[in-house]
Amino acid sequence: MNKIIEKASLSENIVKMVLESPVIAKKRKAGQFIILKINEKGERIPLTIVDSDVQKGTITIIFQIVGKTTAQLAALNVGDSLQDLQGPLGHPTEIAHYGRVVCIGGGVGVGVVYPVIVALKKAGNEVISIIGSRTKASLILEKEIRENSDRLIVTTDDGSYGIHGFVSSVFEQEVLDKGEHVDRVFTIGPVPMMVAVCKITKLHRIKTIVSLNSIMVDATGMCGACRVNVAGKTKFTCVDGPEFDGHDVDFDLLSDRLRMYCDMEREAYEKHKCGCDGN
Amino acid sequence: MKNISADVMETKETKVKKEKVPRQNMPEQDPKKRIRNFEEVPLGYSEKTAIIEAKRCIQCKNPGCVRGCPVDVKIPEFIQQIAEGRFIEAALKLKETNGLPAVCGRVCPQEDQCEKECILGKKGEPVAIGRLERFAADYERNSGKISIPPAVKPNGKKVAVAGAGPSGLTIAGDLVKLGYDVTIYEALHKAGGVLVYGIPEFRLPKAIVEAEVEYLRKLGVKIETNFVIGRTKTIDELFADGFDAVFIGVGAGAPVFMNIPGENLGDIYSANEYLTRSNLMKAYLFPEYDTPIVRGKKVAVVGGGNVAMDSVRTALRLGAERAMIIYRRTGVEMPARQEEVHHAKEEGVEFLMLTNPLEYIGNSLGRVIGMKCIRMELGEPDASGRRSPVPIKGSEFVMDVDTVVVAVGTMANPIIPATTPNLHTNKWGYISTHDASGLTSRKGIYAGGDIVTGSATVILAMGAGRKAANAIHEYLSGK
Repeated sequence: MNKIIEKASLSENIVKMVLESPVIAKKRKAGQFIILKINEKGERIPLTIVDSDVQKGTITIIFQIVGKTTAQLAALNVGDSLQDLQGPLGHPTEIAHYGRVVCIGGGVGVGVVYPVIVALKKAGNEVISIIGSRTKASLILEKEIRENSDRLIVTTDDGSYGIHGFVSSVFEQEVLDKGEHVDRVFTIGPVPMMVAVCKITKLHRIKTIVSLNSIMVDATGMCGACRVNVAGKTKFTCVDGPEFDGHDVDFDLLSDRLRMYCDMEREAYEKHKCGCDGN
Repeated sequence: MKNISADVMETKETKVKKEKVPRQNMPEQDPKKRIRNFEEVPLGYSEKTAIIEAKRCIQCKNPGCVRGCPVDVKIPEFIQQIAEGRFIEAALKLKETNGLPAVCGRVCPQEDQCEKECILGKKGEPVAIGRLERFAADYERNSGKISIPPAVKPNGKKVAVAGAGPSGLTIAGDLVKLGYDVTIYEALHKAGGVLVYGIPEFRLPKAIVEAEVEYLRKLGVKIETNFVIGRTKTIDELFADGFDAVFIGVGAGAPVFMNIPGENLGDIYSANEYLTRSNLMKAYLFPEYDTPIVRGKKVAVVGGGNVAMDSVRTALRLGAERAMIIYRRTGVEMPARQEEVHHAKEEGVEFLMLTNPLEYIGNSLGRVIGMKCIRMELGEPDASGRRSPVPIKGSEFVMDVDTVVVAVGTMANPIIPATTPNLHTNKWGYISTHDASGLTSRKGIYAGGDIVTGSATVILAMGAGRKAANAIHEYLSGK
């Protein structure tokens, strides 16, 4: 169970894995996520389900190596198994025929926005995708997203590929400033990126959906670790989200709560890298 | 009536011989030492002490203790076996009606149940039934001679159980012994429910829960972890898979917050999160285990129940210099067991009674540094019969804290009701049942434990599992 069927490196520190899980593959919809735990001593981390194959009974995840758990995960190989895999969790993305939608992803968030792009396209929307990364080498899923979009705009922070600039400002210049009407925006990526996009869409009064990556423990509504403030009310990302109206999200609170274990995470990662954690 | 008076007479007769034997104390870890570790606090009876205590039981013909037990443990019988030195037999006697004796011996509120009804308690101290239960169950487990009852002929019917907590484990054990093919679906990665995520190691060692779960597996119960009913599969999908009945025992797992300003600041936890990190994820062993937990120096725990006591004692063991209970009424109204309060006081927990938080104050990083409270006084009795706390005007004050645990209760998790059409709930979201059998508004679906009653005790949930097992057996036998 939970066997790694495929593993590929998408960039310097972003990895794609295909995991065996027929029951999750069958049930999963765009926007949902899983919780995984590598071994007995591991922590539970949430990761978006990027794709699934009902016939093969597999799901796909994409993650960035940011700490001990993701480093350990990346070190596993095809044929290895994860101890625990739970899902699908969270509400699926609300997919409908909106008209013209813009999907904006940044960094590893491009992986998270990908299944939303696929589902929106399938529902008959005109999909404009804007994906960005720090530099050319860290851009992921360009081909897959191009195949599922009516139009794709690529940006890099350093200008090494595509348009030089951030996805948010490129979105404004290349779409809104050209007078194109947009019915809905989906944006997933680092918090500052989502904040920047929401600021622009709020001015243009375009409904904007974000997917949040809060810290979670049980991910079934039991602990409240993932609580966020949405339109002045406390919500749990795991059971009320993970997608919310971006104009209502208190991103400052989200950032603060995401930083809560920074020191401890760094300590665990350092010990892991020097091999002094015993695993 | 006749029987009871006979028992009283027996008491008088035996009193002449036995009045010198007091209720036997159970040794405990020294408070100064135990606040530095997570090992169990009470150490259990020795064989000798257990026999002395067991001999205090006067073997009533019409035992009140059994009536006080939600799962009808054959109390005089198992105590008799201990008195005669037949410890394994005592454990087997317990297991006839209680699938989790080592757990119940530790966490049941015996003072409100079996021991409350003990005839010796009328004039002196009741028999220490809980301690004896724990002794017999531990003896059997430690002996390595755990016997498995002979396999029952399968009756060809399948029952699914949602939730591997006390009610789910009980119903699974009962039904598998009747020949049912039972599968428990557990959302978390470990079976046990509140026994593994909620109750700390120092009160209930996890190895004991694992052993009791393992026993159920040996009886033939299948347990699928990481399986969220309502998400991984819905209840209707379970019926489509061929299950004949479903029991919902998912607990009241959703945390309640007070909705006061600043409650979402960093380092403010729900008790569920704090205890889950520490117990289920073993964050107290970070970085050996990967899940972190904030080790606060000035920790305030809001609430006065057993969960609050578990949280505040966990905070001490994580290195708190001040570990405080903040409770809006007084010690008299506090719902926690006396034993837990006593242990907490011995360990140096501070109790700030008649105090209620109003607001949390954070630093520039969004982490809590202070707590604005108000003093309370007791007014008229409220619906619960307890005198309700009323704020004293102008008594606000701010105290320094660096970690807060909110332990003011839990509520129903909405995942199953939201994904099961026509499953009725009450206005608080708990599942409605017709009667004590646990039958819900849907044919073949039963529910029990905290998801029906709201937060209660392990043993009451087990009792609900037992009743639903009988009801499901009746329902499926008639089919």
